[in-house]
Amino acid sequence: MRRLVWRPAELVESVAETAVARTLRFRVPGWPGHLAGQHVDVRLTADDGYTAQRSYSIAAPADGDLVELTVETVPDGEVSPYLNEVMQVGDQVEIRGPVGGWFVWRTESKAPVLLVGGGSGIVPLMAMIRARRLAGSRVPFRLIYSLRDPERRYYAEELRRPDPGLDLTYLYTRSAPDGLSRPAGRIMLDDLAEGGWPASFEPDCYVCGPTAFVESAADLLLALGHAPERIRTERFGPTGG
Amino acid sequence: MTAEHLDGNALAGPLGEIFAVDVTSATGRCASCGLTGPVASLRVYGPDPGLVARCPGCEEVVLRLVRAPGTAWLDLRGTVSLRMNVPD
Amino acid sequence: MGIISRGFQGKRRDAGDRLPPGQYLVEDFPVLSAGPTPRIPPDRWEFTIDTEAEQTHRWSWEEFMALPSETPTVDIHCVTKWTKLDTTWEGVSLDVLFEDVETAAEYALVHSYGGYTTNLPLEDLLDGKAWIAHRFDGEELEPRHGGPARLIVPHLYFWKSAKWVRGIRLLNEDWPGFWETAGYNNYGDPWREQRYEGD
Repeated sequence: MRRLVWRPAELVESVAETAVARTLRFRVPGWPGHLAGQHVDVRLTADDGYTAQRSYSIAAPADGDLVELTVETVPDGEVSPYLNEVMQVGDQVEIRGPVGGWFVWRTESKAPVLLVGGGSGIVPLMAMIRARRLAGSRVPFRLIYSLRDPERRYYAEELRRPDPGLDLTYLYTRSAPDGLSRPAGRIMLDDLAEGGWPASFEPDCYVCGPTAFVESAADLLLALGHAPERIRTERFGPTGG
Repeated sequence: MTAEHLDGNALAGPLGEIFAVDVTSATGRCASCGLTGPVASLRVYGPDPGLVARCPGCEEVVLRLVRAPGTAWLDLRGTVSLRMNVPD
Repeated sequence: MGIISRGFQGKRRDAGDRLPPGQYLVEDFPVLSAGPTPRIPPDRWEFTIDTEAEQTHRWSWEEFMALPSETPTVDIHCVTKWTKLDTTWEGVSLDVLFEDVETAAEYALVHSYGGYTTNLPLEDLLDGKAWIAHRFDGEELEPRHGGPARLIVPHLYFWKSAKWVRGIRLLNEDWPGFWETAGYNNYGDPWREQRYEGD
């Protein structure tokens, strides 16, 4: 292995994911590759040397020297408004990574997988879904994706396309589309019991989202009998922006 | 519910500058209460003025990391041991 | 310097001569924390000064609030490089609290609810240089900013202005605090840019 260094990264593509989130693709010469679920640190430097730094999950499996992030604009934030609104194709940031060896899914893994994402916590889970598809893995995946309303859906079109072995449940916390039997509300025991795997299947569970979401989802998984060592969590904290 | 802290996954980048192995997937033991678990599951406050990782069991500080230009200070007095997988 | 990101400014305003070296101006009030925010109900709150002769001076919330207060307007400088100008606090000067304290100690170790500590020379707390503040900007001090009460020592970097302050221990020998044992400067004068150990 190696120690981490900051590398120049050039924006090569920026696509709107929702009204407030964009998928950004960077070219990072010398990129060593990464595993699904890992994240990067992004550093911005102003012309007088002032810097600001944030962590973002990688949204897609390794593809040469391309690194794909999905960034939600934090109102009044410092880094995300720059990345999503100011930055143009050809502009540069610095990226350090990949980092994190805990919240990762490896394509050779054989256990069924339960992915539980809250809001932008879907991003590293999407990298796992894409890595599974790319590797032709037969491991069954279930995704429970909790979000405020249908307009906040990331990767909507891609997740609508059939992906054999991937089951999907959307949970809406504020307003659900018409015709859905589940009323809008926070994630509950039944959601995980119905949309997940029985604990006896010994699935690997990955939970990612805001701290409060992660803690309640992880507690519910424990209550359903999942072993603590099979529940991996990653929290998006208050220092975002 | 407050959401003031991150988790140990947030240590991966800063510790990756220092160590050649991924410390966040190592298993640590809290010097205060003895709880054993992955570094990734610690409660992490910061990153400024420094990263402070606390035990999810007893809230005591198990690791601190301060980064200055050209220097890093790592304080592990709250950690009894770190067990990690290393390539042979 | 790293690669410059074209058009990146960050959330800062232009400098003036009230800015110590390396600092940037902010309008908001960033919250930095090293642990969970303690919640201390006033009836459980107390403030103590322990002398090197092991004498303890103690104030309940009621006793503390009955002391004469001041409303200093000061500039605050965080070691993470933000400076906020003209912040207005209300609190009790340390001179008032030290009126009946007999001591020959040179050092103070400030300690807080939640376990935080920070050290400074005792003289930096006296002669109108420091307050125990319980109001900010005309409002009760919020827990995230250190309420019910925090130390304010504006002439040093703001990590010395301990949130959720609980007491001061007077010592004959200097005893480095939480950040001072993890690479930060023992004194922390923003005008001499004493950020880290050795600065």
